[in-house]
Amino acid sequence: MFLKSRENIIRFLFFLVIFLLLFFLGSIFFKSLNTTKIFVPDKLIGRSLPDFTAESFDDKNKYFTKNEIFNEKKYYLLNIWASWCGPCREEHPILIKLSNDHNLELVGLNFKDKKENALKFLNKSGNPYNKVLIDNNGSVSISLGAYGVPETFLINEKKIIELKFVGPLKNSDYKKILKKINYKNEN
Amino acid sequence: MILGQIGFLLLVSSLIFSIYLIYLIYFNYKSVSDIISIKIYTFTFLQLITILFSFFFLIFSFVNSDFSLVSVYQNSHTTKPLFYKISGTWGNHEGSLLLWLLVLSLFSFFFLIQSRNDLKKYRLLTILFQNLIIIGFLVFIIKTSNPFLSLYPVPLEGLGLNPILQDPALAIHPPILYLGYVGSSIVFSSALAAMIEKYVNKIWASSIKIWIMISWIFLTIGIMLGSFWAYYELGWGGFWFWDPVENVSLMPWLTLTALLHSIIILEKRETFHSWTLILAIISFTLSMNGTFLVRSGILNSIHTFANDPARGLYILIFLSILAFFSLIIFYLFQPEKKETTRFFLFSRETSILINNWFMIFFLVVVLIGTIYPLILEILNNSKISVGPPFFNILIIPFLIPFLIFMSIGPRMNWINTENKSIIKKKLLHLLVIIIIFSPMFFYFDKKNILSLSIFILGIFLLLSLLNELKEFFIKSKIRNISKIISHLGFAILIISISLNNIFSIEIDTNLKVGDSYKFKKYELVFQNISGKVEKNYNSVIGKFILKDIKNDIIYLNPEIRIYENPPMITSEASIKNNFFYDNYITMSNIQGGEYYNIRFQKKFMMLWIWISALVMAFGGLLRVFKK
Amino acid sequence: MKIKLVLFIVFNIIFNYNYVYSKNNNLDLHKQISKNIRCIVCQGQSIDESNSDFAINIKNLISAKLEEGLNEEEIYQFLKSRYGEWIVYKPELNINNFILWILPYALFIAGGFYIFTKLIKKKKKININRY
Repeated sequence: MFLKSRENIIRFLFFLVIFLLLFFLGSIFFKSLNTTKIFVPDKLIGRSLPDFTAESFDDKNKYFTKNEIFNEKKYYLLNIWASWCGPCREEHPILIKLSNDHNLELVGLNFKDKKENALKFLNKSGNPYNKVLIDNNGSVSISLGAYGVPETFLINEKKIIELKFVGPLKNSDYKKILKKINYKNEN
Repeated sequence: MILGQIGFLLLVSSLIFSIYLIYLIYFNYKSVSDIISIKIYTFTFLQLITILFSFFFLIFSFVNSDFSLVSVYQNSHTTKPLFYKISGTWGNHEGSLLLWLLVLSLFSFFFLIQSRNDLKKYRLLTILFQNLIIIGFLVFIIKTSNPFLSLYPVPLEGLGLNPILQDPALAIHPPILYLGYVGSSIVFSSALAAMIEKYVNKIWASSIKIWIMISWIFLTIGIMLGSFWAYYELGWGGFWFWDPVENVSLMPWLTLTALLHSIIILEKRETFHSWTLILAIISFTLSMNGTFLVRSGILNSIHTFANDPARGLYILIFLSILAFFSLIIFYLFQPEKKETTRFFLFSRETSILINNWFMIFFLVVVLIGTIYPLILEILNNSKISVGPPFFNILIIPFLIPFLIFMSIGPRMNWINTENKSIIKKKLLHLLVIIIIFSPMFFYFDKKNILSLSIFILGIFLLLSLLNELKEFFIKSKIRNISKIISHLGFAILIISISLNNIFSIEIDTNLKVGDSYKFKKYELVFQNISGKVEKNYNSVIGKFILKDIKNDIIYLNPEIRIYENPPMITSEASIKNNFFYDNYITMSNIQGGEYYNIRFQKKFMMLWIWISALVMAFGGLLRVFKK
Repeated sequence: MKIKLVLFIVFNIIFNYNYVYSKNNNLDLHKQISKNIRCIVCQGQSIDESNSDFAINIKNLISAKLEEGLNEEEIYQFLKSRYGEWIVYKPELNINNFILWILPYALFIAGGFYIFTKLIKKKKKININRY
């Protein structure tokens, strides 16, 4: 009799474990329903900007290292762009607006572009960048953990990536950036 | 427009019939009579007919390009060829669910007719569970995925079907896969019913075996078609990517295969009741789980489907009810444990157990590989990918013992193999085969060792089976021919995959018109390029010549297709094959240049991979018709 | 030989970007690595299978890194440090992924143990049962 009931308890516990396991999986599935499955790399946010070297746009054969580009103690906005990329035109007015902010220095990384096209683009729509660099084969943008154009990084004075935007900057992103840089400067 | 409304009304009436059926079943179950009332037959038939007609009306709306229906508007286009208009019916979420439902009611009707010799109460309960599932689907369709939802004002033109889906193999892939999935629902319902009625015995085993077989056959062919489609349509030349959506269809296949074996123990030896029931229950649960994972879009896969969280939530609730309901029934009605049956080491029972052991291992690997990223993301917010390397590392080494057991196991006798000489003989054969093939290990690269071992064991399995086949035909020994043929199919599959791994050549280069590329003993020439205008797309066709050392020439014409509705560019592979290898070429355009990216592959034994799956299914088919 | 080399270099300069990314002996290794890297643009494909711009950049990067003398593992580490663990198809064995790698083996062993101890008769018992 005692043996029988002990067996029953074991059996009950066994089923309880399975029940809990199913419940666990069910809740995982439930929570997964509302999270996006599209992967956006965010590994580098909050970390220090990786080292890289990039060719200068104005001066062929001149190369800049990371420390030469981000040499001042201020906020930098690194923007990857190309003349052939439609969304880049979309975000261009925001970049122009941002270039008026003196607390911020804009660095453009021209991604796999023809030089004359890039120049034409800047002449026509205005050049918001304090410095323009070239990424001929995509290797610089890979070093930055980027995967397309446009992509934008907000880098603080300690060369840490504070914000990252994949795709064209929107007005809300503009406000986010302003808030970040002005908040820091007030303190 | 009106047709759509009738279609919807038919669905609603089918729901009413189903509910009424449950009521009928309840009274019939309680009555003393030994026969199922004719009303139940009638209403099951009516249920089937209403769903069938509503499905026909949907097809008709697609053929007629009736854009007053949202599902037609979103997935069809007037310029689409008729065949794809029809297949477009189930090429989208709403239509595919209606097809699911149709198959579900079709099977439950067939079960009712076919199971005439079984216990009345068991049959009634099976139909009851079937009806609960049908109701679940009907409510789901009516509430969240109504294919007859209308649109006003009526658009003049539809949005078109995704061109990747405009393909003959893919047109028949979903229906066949669903036949497999849904077939397992009968197995599931009948397992629950048999458990409640204490009917889990020899008779039940032999009567349900045919349903297991049927769903296994369809699942096998369905998976094969999906893989075949991916091979020539996605343009990477692979046939299995361990993509979540593929994995999800493989899981019920694995459990059904295990069930197919373990049901034989139940039939022959009246043991293993609980284990067989568990397999029957999880087969369908995994099918439903597959539907959930695919339809809710929570997996990150190449086969992305439009997703709507409300739908995902509904299937999830349905799936959970199903799982908990069957768990509770199992807890309450689990067959009494008699004294534990023990088997002899050298017996057929043990070899079947070993089969199940491996099948469950493969299942665990596939299952955990598919859902682990989800779990980790929720618990830890870290994102990982589990891809081909993981599955290959875990599964391939285990194929080695699996193949050895598979070659020897079926030669064992039931209960006990007194005469051990057959085992010794087999092991001797194995040794001889290894010695014969061992020079290959020195000839080939180190990284091919695993593939080679698997190839050799595949040959071992093939020879054992040919031997059995010889005994069947020449010595006319009584052997289970359908088993031999299905296993033969598996042996060919293993051999083909391993040879494919060892011998395939892959070239990936950029060429412009007039260029040629030399590799090994071949030369690939890019001759010219031409354009073509088709009904629903424009295409750029490349003309390639493949010369080999003997100056044999093969022409290859890969295409780049530009579809307008919806706008999309696809690369169409050009495949020229013979018995032993496929020449496979795709080209794609490179931004801003006269160069094209050319991917050429020589894939060995590809044809045999498809043939082997058909052979496996054919073996099962023989069994079904022998009954 | 020299002419070939010069031609190759000239060719490479003219058709600088997107041109053949692997002209080295590491073709097989290159393939092996790119099959294990997941494409971010067309998620669900490997770099090897994809022709997207991103995939081509990564392929170029792999050739460059291989020429620099990095080994397979170092290239994975480089990419993981930029894009996170997600980028690699073969999850590493760490605390997070421990269950993923171990559970199948553990269940296999447990299952085998159960089958061979509980379900299969020992030789000695056979005689006892029979008579």
